Amino acid sequence: MKKDLLLFSAFTLLVAAAPQLFKGGYLMNVLVFVGINTMLAVALNLLLGYAGQISLGHAGFFGLGAYLSGIMTTTYSIGPWLAMPIAAIVVGIIACLIGFPVLKLKGHYLAMATLGLGIIIFIVFNETVDLTGGPSGLSGIPNLKIAGVTFDSDVKNYYLIWFFTLAVMLFSLNLANSRVGRALRAVHDSEIAAQVLGVNARILKVQVFTLSAIISSIAGSLYAHTMTFISPASFGFNFSIELLTMVVIGGLGSIFGSFLGAALLTLLPEFLRAVNDYDIIIYGALLMVMVMFMPGGLVRGIPALYRKIFGQRKGTGNA
Amino acid sequence: MEFNQILQYTLSGLSTGAIYALIGIGFSIIYNATGIINFAQGEFVMLGGLLTLSSLQLLKLPLWAAIPVSVAISTVVGVIFERLAIRPLRQPTPINLVIITIGGSILIRGLAMLVWGKDTHAIPPFSGDTPIAIGGATILPQHLWILAITLVIIVFNKFYFYHTISGKAMRACAYNRRAAGLVGIDVKRMVLFSFIISAAMGAVAGIIVAPLTMTAYDVGVMLGLKGFCAAIIGGMSSGISTVIGGLLLGVLESLGAGLISSGYKDAISFIILLLILFIRPQGLFGKADSERV
Repeated sequence: MKKDLLLFSAFTLLVAAAPQLFKGGYLMNVLVFVGINTMLAVALNLLLGYAGQISLGHAGFFGLGAYLSGIMTTTYSIGPWLAMPIAAIVVGIIACLIGFPVLKLKGHYLAMATLGLGIIIFIVFNETVDLTGGPSGLSGIPNLKIAGVTFDSDVKNYYLIWFFTLAVMLFSLNLANSRVGRALRAVHDSEIAAQVLGVNARILKVQVFTLSAIISSIAGSLYAHTMTFISPASFGFNFSIELLTMVVIGGLGSIFGSFLGAALLTLLPEFLRAVNDYDIIIYGALLMVMVMFMPGGLVRGIPALYRKIFGQRKGTGNA
Repeated sequence: MEFNQILQYTLSGLSTGAIYALIGIGFSIIYNATGIINFAQGEFVMLGGLLTLSSLQLLKLPLWAAIPVSVAISTVVGVIFERLAIRPLRQPTPINLVIITIGGSILIRGLAMLVWGKDTHAIPPFSGDTPIAIGGATILPQHLWILAITLVIIVFNKFYFYHTISGKAMRACAYNRRAAGLVGIDVKRMVLFSFIISAAMGAVAGIIVAPLTMTAYDVGVMLGLKGFCAAIIGGMSSGISTVIGGLLLGVLESLGAGLISSGYKDAISFIILLLILFIRPQGLFGKADSERV
């Protein structure tokens, strides 16, 4: 825990200093997305990495947060700061209600059920045109404001988003090292063994699912207010897969890993402009290669690789 | 609501349902032999359609030759997938298998986008498109082709699984892989066989549906998921219950689209999927299975 906190403090300093290091406005915009995606990856990681329950529908919760905030602030003129918690509570209630039947399922069945859920939510975004604007999207969502400061530039948004991202990361680090975190890992390894030891696996899984959905919803609200425009295309099946890729690449069960995965997958397309449409091929290949050769993700894979190469050199040196 | 309309929706639902059934059986065969849900199953469907298109247009093959060629190529892709992705996996936990088959499906889809582009392509129907009238409703000859070919495949499947040595060996693997290995069945080979059969069946489904619905690099996602719904309704059986599951899904979806709203057509299937998973995860016809640790 001490090591995590130290790492977290260093990370916070780096995040705070980043705008000074990168004066370029465009990169700040990309870093805003790194923040949002980190939040989402951490949320999914709590479920997948710690509790061992897969979800292929998290883009749906992200979208629900974005649309609820968007609709409340534009159509019903509710203040953004009020809309965000309302959205989070509504999404939390939905996730909790769905969680009970869904999380009874395991493995492949759970994957398919959450996938179906994500697609149903996506279809609803597209079809309820009166409410969501349908496929052409919802525009004119107001920026967030604090005491007269409107968050309308990349740098301002950067600080806003990363404030939330760091809060989510700190919260998740604490959670992972608490009794709940240990119980989650016990459920991950063997649900039955965990239950024998007095962990109420069923409730715990629903709780972490709900928490994960709430964090995703907050990320969605923030996304809606920074972008001021949302459309269903951002919340489809492909984005759920992208989130899964971030978590797997970074490392299951590692909060900093989720940041690495999110940063890599958000920055990669920026550097691979030439292949813009084909980045999906790279995601597919990355997913397969990581599961095959680095099942622990970058956080564990890179030190292991380093040790392997370093250790081998030492070995040949002695011989 | 007129009877004719309902008949019309039911008839067209039956042929889409037959497609779902074929894809669903593909899911079940691999699941029974390996315990894997192959998320890349839909991509074989897509490959079947698009490879037929290329065989017809680029190689100028006649239809009767184009079909076996594209089924063969899709099957080879299935074999490569099993060899390169599934077999070498060091930690075959369910989550890793889900992730790797999803990775494979994205990769295959992406490569298909590279080869065929993002456009939708049409394949000519097998025997013209003069509608046939049946009791007030009309169907296309292609609908009949779909039903007939599905029937042939199901009969062939039944024969293979119950009357040939390798089919019986596959069933043994489905009951108990370890025991099958102990009596001298080469389980790894059976796993490979299951991928071959599923890939071929998926490709056939993709070919026979393409003249009706057109085909594109991304048709595999939805068709694959619908096929999975059919398999779930049928309790992951590779026999008649999945066929009934597929037909049921096809008809319900078609009626729902016609009578309620076509925009929610896909949502209807997924709501059925969720309901089945919540209420009867063992399938409509299956007996409850005790959970193994």
